[in-house]
Amino acid sequence: MKMRYIDEFRNPDLIKKTLEEIERIVEPDDHFRIMEACGGHTYSIFHFGLQELLPKNIEFIHGPGCPVCVLPPGRVDEGLEIASKNSEVIFTAFGDVMRVPGKKGSPLNHKAMGTDVRMIYSPLDALNIAIKNPDKKVILFAIGFETTAPSTAITVLKAKELDIDNFFVYSNHVKIIPVLKSILDQPNMRIDGFIGPGHASVIIGAHPYEIIAKEYKKPVVISGFEPLDILQSILMLIKQLKSGESKVEIQYKRVVMEEGNVSALEIIDQVFEDRPAFEWRGLGAIQNSALKLKPEFAKWDAEVHFNVEKIHIEENKDAQCGEILKGMLKPNQCKLFGKVCTPDNPVGALMVSSEGACATYYNHLYSTMSS
Amino acid sequence: MLKEKVAFREPTIQLAHGAGGKASRRLIEGLLVPYLNVKELNDAAYVQADQTKIAFTADSFVVNPLRFPGGSIGELAINGTVNDIAMGGAKPLAIVTTLIIEAGLETEILESEIKAMHEAAEKANVAIVGGDTKVVEHQKADKLFITTAGIGLVDPRVNLSASRVKKGDKIILSGPIGDHGITILFARGDLDLEADIKSDTRSVWPFVSKLINAAAPGLKWMRDPTRGGMATALNELARDAQVAIMLEEEAIKVHPEVRGACEILGLDPMHIANEGQFIAVVSEEYAQDALKAIQQVPGGEQAAIIGEVFESDRHIVLSRSSYGGTRAIDMLVGDPLPRIC
Repeated sequence: MKMRYIDEFRNPDLIKKTLEEIERIVEPDDHFRIMEACGGHTYSIFHFGLQELLPKNIEFIHGPGCPVCVLPPGRVDEGLEIASKNSEVIFTAFGDVMRVPGKKGSPLNHKAMGTDVRMIYSPLDALNIAIKNPDKKVILFAIGFETTAPSTAITVLKAKELDIDNFFVYSNHVKIIPVLKSILDQPNMRIDGFIGPGHASVIIGAHPYEIIAKEYKKPVVISGFEPLDILQSILMLIKQLKSGESKVEIQYKRVVMEEGNVSALEIIDQVFEDRPAFEWRGLGAIQNSALKLKPEFAKWDAEVHFNVEKIHIEENKDAQCGEILKGMLKPNQCKLFGKVCTPDNPVGALMVSSEGACATYYNHLYSTMSS
Repeated sequence: MLKEKVAFREPTIQLAHGAGGKASRRLIEGLLVPYLNVKELNDAAYVQADQTKIAFTADSFVVNPLRFPGGSIGELAINGTVNDIAMGGAKPLAIVTTLIIEAGLETEILESEIKAMHEAAEKANVAIVGGDTKVVEHQKADKLFITTAGIGLVDPRVNLSASRVKKGDKIILSGPIGDHGITILFARGDLDLEADIKSDTRSVWPFVSKLINAAAPGLKWMRDPTRGGMATALNELARDAQVAIMLEEEAIKVHPEVRGACEILGLDPMHIANEGQFIAVVSEEYAQDALKAIQQVPGGEQAAIIGEVFESDRHIVLSRSSYGGTRAIDMLVGDPLPRIC
């Protein structure tokens, strides 16, 4: 039975044809360094075995588009501190956050020890928990790029509409363009082009990437996540690179519009404002790169309501998460990779999240025959 | 006197240690095996009683919610142990059960579970011959925990051992995967998703008994992929038999609803628990007969050969897609968690 939007984009014949076309236009001396910004793309490339099917002239630089991976180490601890110190607090977060290692363990570890930690699939689930438990305080540990910010925003508006006063957002939403620019501004950065995030672009559209194409002269192709999507995007990127062009193209036309999702953008604007600076794991502080609730929504802002002591965690000096996030090192080149830092015992979030470059490499390199 | 060293050094036991993946393996091999001196880790143990070889196993059931589409904890408790016996190549004979009941549990609930156990045992043709009951204080157990222990008579024609598994052997899977785990995930009600999926819980002995009749000399290893899913079962095979496995992705059946749920949640059907399926490794010579034997039993129509054993220094499990890409299938550390984006 065919699954729409999945099977057409996994069609073996079309995949083979696209691969052949890529092979036809790539010349022996070509070396293309392509950054796939989004963790979902890193995952897909390895999950579908694309990196072994593509010519070796194409090198993937794994980008920072994994909102779990770039979370500064102290943030999870801050959220968990509130929950573990106050028995009336329920800590809620998406699945990806559950295993992020905090100073005293991950949210799952805390859950096993009795802290009320619950996994949710949608921010509205967290609001529902608050409604069902009026004597408790529910914290939504909100993470994600612009992809998930609108749903958090809608939930805050809903909380306001229903006058729910026991629901709070601990916002770790971040923005994709500032971090890509920050990477491009690094000295010795050699990236030829970008596979643009698929789902963040559903929200922000294609226009914000113009600055990368026009000022940094790097082509951007916004891609879907199925094998055919990624291969088609690579083909489009290589065609631009071969002809010296640098423009923003949308391959993921079935869900990404040029102008993005205007109502989603409006809702983000209504509820959130930029933080002057936000510390990114491994990348340092980047200005105007993260979102916090506007003052008029302070009532639902966990950072206002709870006295959250900032927890700054010194990163393991040998961990090279930053260099990997910047695309300067491949995961297996980090000193700790596979020895000290493994999915069983992750030092950094790149090894925890299934979309983190390190976890992907570990699950692949340590498992497959080809290397 | 310990024959093996205690290698487990983690200070506390976490949920991951019970999920059936790598962490579970570490606990069992690193702490339990050295002290309990268990010789081989299979679904059922063999005990020689004079001339008779008996398969002996135990399993506990702590599922939440107690009832779900397709079954309930009572049914799982019987079928789970029946299946472990069957995986030992043995005809299930008798089961004993222990119940740990949380004080305050409605009698109606307990009765419906006992009834479910009775019906499952009748259907599986196995006798429940005894048990034990304990009641603990409120909140000291999650409503009802059930343990079942069972014995079976090992078929003398059968010689199951990972060491017999060799290059060229075929891997047979009895039916579609992922139904049980996804059903439980949805039944918990945490996700606002619904689908027409039910647990696949059933006794697999009817299939195994026909399989033994048709292909005993070529039958080398069996396992039912419960917690940890196919990925765990196959990786354990690769490790224990010191081989590698190549699967053909297209051959592994997944119901569209399960596939859809997994796609939405970012889960891999290979990591999801099953309660009514099993994997059999059969020599190439006997593979077709083995397959036909299973397919001819009602409920076995979707059995298929899903892969093959090959030699490699790396004892890994690979899956080849329809367009030639291969990916590694690894065991998870803990429970599969839905992805965010």
